[in-house]
Amino acid sequence: MQNNTEQSENATAYKSEVRNLNFYYGEFNALKNIDMVLHDKKITALIGPSGCGKSTFLRCFNRMHDLYSGNRYEGEIILHPDDVNILAANVDPIEVRMRISMVFQKPNPFPKSIYENVAYGLRVRGIRQRAILDEKVESALRNSALWDEVKDRLHDLAFNLSGGQQQRLCIARALATDPEILLFDEPTSALDPIATASIEELITDLKSKVTILIVTHNMQQAARVSDYTAYMYLGELIEFNVTDTIFIKPKNKQTEDYITGRFG
Amino acid sequence: MANESQSKISHPGKLGYSFRRNLNERFIEAFLFLSAALSIAIMLAIVAMLAKESVVFFQHVSLWDFLTDTQWTPLFDDAHYGILPLISGTVVSSLIALSVALPLGTIIAIYLSEFAPFTVREFAKPFLELLGGVPTVVYGYFALLFVTPLLQIIFPELPGFNLLSAGLVMGIMIIPYVSSMTEDAMRAVPMNLREGSYAMGATRFQTAIRVVMPAAFSGIAAAYILGISRAVGETMVVAIAAGMQPNLTWNPMEPAATITAYIVQVSLGDLPHGSIGYQTIFAAGLTLLLITLVFNIIGHMLRKRYREIY
Amino acid sequence: MKNVNDIEEIRKIISLHKRWDFIFMIAGVLALMIAVLTFMALFAHMLIDGMPRLNWEFFTSFPSRRAESAGILSAWVGTTLVMLVTAIAAVPLGIGAGVYLEEYAPKNLFTEIIEINVTNLAGVPSIIYGLLALGLFVYQLGFGQSILAAGLALALLILPVVIVATREAIRAIPVSIREGAYALGATKWQTVSDHLLPYSSAGILTGIIIGLARAIGETAPIITIGALTFIAFLPPSPIKQEFPYVSFEWLTAPFTVMPIQMFNWVSRPEEAFQLNAAAAGLVLVVMTLTMNGLAIYLRYRMRKNIKW
Repeated sequence: MQNNTEQSENATAYKSEVRNLNFYYGEFNALKNIDMVLHDKKITALIGPSGCGKSTFLRCFNRMHDLYSGNRYEGEIILHPDDVNILAANVDPIEVRMRISMVFQKPNPFPKSIYENVAYGLRVRGIRQRAILDEKVESALRNSALWDEVKDRLHDLAFNLSGGQQQRLCIARALATDPEILLFDEPTSALDPIATASIEELITDLKSKVTILIVTHNMQQAARVSDYTAYMYLGELIEFNVTDTIFIKPKNKQTEDYITGRFG
Repeated sequence: MANESQSKISHPGKLGYSFRRNLNERFIEAFLFLSAALSIAIMLAIVAMLAKESVVFFQHVSLWDFLTDTQWTPLFDDAHYGILPLISGTVVSSLIALSVALPLGTIIAIYLSEFAPFTVREFAKPFLELLGGVPTVVYGYFALLFVTPLLQIIFPELPGFNLLSAGLVMGIMIIPYVSSMTEDAMRAVPMNLREGSYAMGATRFQTAIRVVMPAAFSGIAAAYILGISRAVGETMVVAIAAGMQPNLTWNPMEPAATITAYIVQVSLGDLPHGSIGYQTIFAAGLTLLLITLVFNIIGHMLRKRYREIY
Repeated sequence: MKNVNDIEEIRKIISLHKRWDFIFMIAGVLALMIAVLTFMALFAHMLIDGMPRLNWEFFTSFPSRRAESAGILSAWVGTTLVMLVTAIAAVPLGIGAGVYLEEYAPKNLFTEIIEINVTNLAGVPSIIYGLLALGLFVYQLGFGQSILAAGLALALLILPVVIVATREAIRAIPVSIREGAYALGATKWQTVSDHLLPYSSAGILTGIIIGLARAIGETAPIITIGALTFIAFLPPSPIKQEFPYVSFEWLTAPFTVMPIQMFNWVSRPEEAFQLNAAAAGLVLVVMTLTMNGLAIYLRYRMRKNIKW
């Protein structure tokens, strides 16, 4: 049964392949020899104790580390279908970020209206036609299940929304530009349980449209939403497999200890 | 902590001991409180002093004449007491200064906060601070003896005293003030907003203009308004380089006096205490205080607002 | 899913936008250059004009009707004495007010008024302080046009600088230090004097130096008080041969200070006096830059050394 699933899953295409990735904060080797794949239109979860490098790993995918000096990548993250190594020095991080969107740990709407927040990514691309903006904003807000709540006050300041709404707005902002991969960095850690449930539901729904990589410190969340799970510890990828396998029959002792809460 | 040095540690439980200690503490607290309250006394003294002499002044001169007369000649036989010529000089010199200081100060602030590599910022910031520490009388010297002759090459008809040169130098002088406050406001914008913008594929310029500046809006507005107040209250540059003749003009190529320059001019002479001429500088000072106070209060309200947001 | 055309399109947009990054980079560097070059021009101009006049006689001569033999003796002595009064008045009051506002003040309306008032005082034009000193110190209190009146006027002017520096330095000390002191049975004042003030001394000192550097260059308030510009004598010495060996006569003496002397020379039409002005300006700028530089250095050292 388990093997069957694994086989059929393997048949799906890869969206991205990580090959022998090392990452350094100055001298500190924060990620060590990571090899992993992202399956197309699937949800992959990164779990592990805090400080294990899962957020660092996530932020390699949109080259966020380029914003700060002293950071260095080694290895490759290949993005399909055009097989480009997004970590290569000659690849523009801005181009990477236009193809791969991100939702942050704490909701970070811009101090602008709801509409302008969602339209930001489009405006950054130089799109000015009102009709296109209107259409994209509406569909992004619908896809993030926020449309009904905000359609009458699109020009209100985004700060006036609740925490859960703000996070869904940030998801809409990330969706509006039709990204190829959507990165979530512990998207519910700043939210209450009800808002968390709605975001989780939303993430599951988005699977049909986009490849998703999500960092979470909440194992139940990983089990609930993801198709694949990677367990990381001290900058290393300990185990990567179909989520059910990781949670029911982990191959690695360390993973098992962490999953079952025996981790020290 | 005297009891610590004694070999036998006495426990300060006795009433007498704690009473003395209490008295000591109270005495110190009273001194500290008085030092803090002194600031209020200073403000009250400023207002009282300016008001006291101004009241006498306005018994001689009606408020209407003061605000509408187009001549300011208190020291002539045919005395006129219209503040307008001093206002016009102040407005023109401040406008020139601000048209230099606000754009350049803002560009420098954006550059230092969002663009400049660490080493450039490390050198530029203390340098700007030093620039802000140069005495104003030195800037006045520079305006009169360097900038004016330079401008006279371009505009041969420019008189030796003029508002243009004074305003330009004043603008350069205010740049560090504007840029450091603007930069502070921009740096107070949390990093996660910038990351949000960069994560959408925005460039540095787009992030700076579309996200950081709107987020820092009230702080930047405060920097501008405090810059205006600084330009209006500046004294020595205009006193030295713009001449001290009250002149109702909006032409920067002419010599004119500002409110501050007039006060300097009168103070340099020998006006007897209690004469109407003596009172005029207090009336002019009161006008100046009111103008700058309005700007300062608006500026600080805006600053407080951006501090509350983040 | 993106196709190759989309990516081509994105690249075109990015290169367009990057051009703005580049243009702004240039604008930023140019704006900084304008500030740098202006300062260079200012300094070079004074150096060329003033350097030949800077010799021993310039520092040891009184002002004179003849430009070549005029000097700044009375000016720098006056500046030193005025700064002495300013520091003695402003330092304890400024630190006291800063400590009160940071450690003692209850959260009430009066405290808030004091705080708003301190920020407002910092924005009052310096010439207004001159008018206050003229009315209050010179006439009302009868100090006359003296070193005392000038020193106190400048003390009031820099009081907000010292207060703000004190508050910021004390605020940077973590609560755990205070709690540690209180846990050992220290009183409030013991906590302040044994811990908070020593640990924040570098920050407070930085504020005092910046304040005094500002006071040294201030001209307008001193002119308003009516300081004489032609002073060919020194104030009476503070040290006496006979008992009680110290004298405070100098406090009430007429005086001049460096910026006034410079202003006086700038206003003279003769070019020879303008050379004197350049020389005096040079001395003044070196003085203020040294003080400000010292303050910046202290702050830099502090940031490097103290990590709470």
